[in-house]
Amino acid sequence: MSILVLDAEALYRELLRGVQQLCTADTKLAGITSGGAWLVERLQRDLNLPGKPGVISSAMHRDDFAKRGLSNSAQTQLPFDVNGAHVLILDDVLYTGRTLRAVLNELYDYGRPASVKLAVLVDRGGRELPVQPDFAAARVTLGEGQSLALARSPEGVFSFDVKAR
Amino acid sequence: MLYKRNPQLNKNGELIHLLSTEGLPKDILTHILDTATNFVSVSDREVKKVPLLRGKSVFNLFFENSTRTRTTFEIAATRLSADVINLDIARSSASKGESLLDTIANLSAMAADMFVVRHSESGAPYLIAQHVAPHVHVINAGDGRHAHPTQGLLDMYTIRHYKKDFANLTVAIVGDVLHSRVARSDIHALTTLGCAEVRVVGPKTLVPSDMAQMGVRVCHTLEEGIKGCDVVIMLRLQNERMSGALLPSSHEFFKSFGLTPEKLQLAKSDAIVMHPGPINRGVEIDSAVVDGKQSVILPQVTFGIAVRMAVMSIVAGNEA
Repeated sequence: MSILVLDAEALYRELLRGVQQLCTADTKLAGITSGGAWLVERLQRDLNLPGKPGVISSAMHRDDFAKRGLSNSAQTQLPFDVNGAHVLILDDVLYTGRTLRAVLNELYDYGRPASVKLAVLVDRGGRELPVQPDFAAARVTLGEGQSLALARSPEGVFSFDVKAR
Repeated sequence: MLYKRNPQLNKNGELIHLLSTEGLPKDILTHILDTATNFVSVSDREVKKVPLLRGKSVFNLFFENSTRTRTTFEIAATRLSADVINLDIARSSASKGESLLDTIANLSAMAADMFVVRHSESGAPYLIAQHVAPHVHVINAGDGRHAHPTQGLLDMYTIRHYKKDFANLTVAIVGDVLHSRVARSDIHALTTLGCAEVRVVGPKTLVPSDMAQMGVRVCHTLEEGIKGCDVVIMLRLQNERMSGALLPSSHEFFKSFGLTPEKLQLAKSDAIVMHPGPINRGVEIDSAVVDGKQSVILPQVTFGIAVRMAVMSIVAGNEA
């Protein structure tokens, strides 16, 4: 079996290009904790957008709460009015689509957006819900036994962790 | 000696009931406080509700009167989308002679998922926790003189909110420590969280000297007790629990141990003043202190909702 090599920095540059195409003047960025939040932090800088990007957590709406309990992730902070906003959600990895379902519910707790789009670094397949990204920098196929998550070094360099579950 | 595991934790060391702050490891206390931080902002949302306890039934069982605690538990449960059933037990089954465990068995047959229990007998929530089904959780909302863990935790949340860290803090707990389950819950939590110095302050009849065994400093004058401290927790003078001549009069108590603006000056200039409520103005605390800028008594109430949401959602996510 070949070892999967994902160059997260190269994929980030690809994501930046894709996000530039998806963004309009009034697009608001919101990253899903924690990988997506790192992405928007850097995108906001690289795109010269004013203010702070949004951070959105799936914790309050997860469907595996009864099994996993409450995760201790960072909390949602949306520094813009969600009502009528064009929101671009970012995440590191799109897998089953369950996180995104929870995040959409979370977003609606703050108001009714005009539109919501999704851009991710990696789409790893394996969807269990009808969710598709508007942009994915890479598409890979990973087995159920493998987990994939973005990591960030203290210097802010991205890399991917592929691990056996 | 037979080893018995902490009845609040499952075999993985996860919190399944909240009965007391005593014996809870530091990481669980910190996890509750961190989780509460997430819930504080729920009341700022357009939709002030999250669905973590959707479809669950929370029974508020108050065998003893309470307004604030019952109400904040009810708000916390409804913000988590649970169905809340309030039972005024003091006026129903118990007065007809039903035993505590029979009451619980009957309510369990009505598909209860969580019991929030207040009882005048110390240990009642513990007894209930031992007899409920594995998926049912028990939260102690105050039992006798024993414990009031959610009050203890919201006090810790309040202290951490204003003072950030426990390591260099001096906390004074003043008044009727003898009858206070709040004091006991605070002392255990403060000790576990690494508070530098905890003082208990009051007359010898209300602050027994053997309390020093809990790792606290016992002070019998208010001046000694609050000098240089960062946090002053005033306790209510519990007339309903007072028997025998423990105090000459409440007026006398105020003269020696009532917190006035003048006496508060002995504490650090940025010290905060807390009180679990209900306050008795002019009995243990002067009105000017209650309404003063060092008072955080009302923020305590607000934080109490988030802390109770945190406790409920954490125990609900863990199986026995």
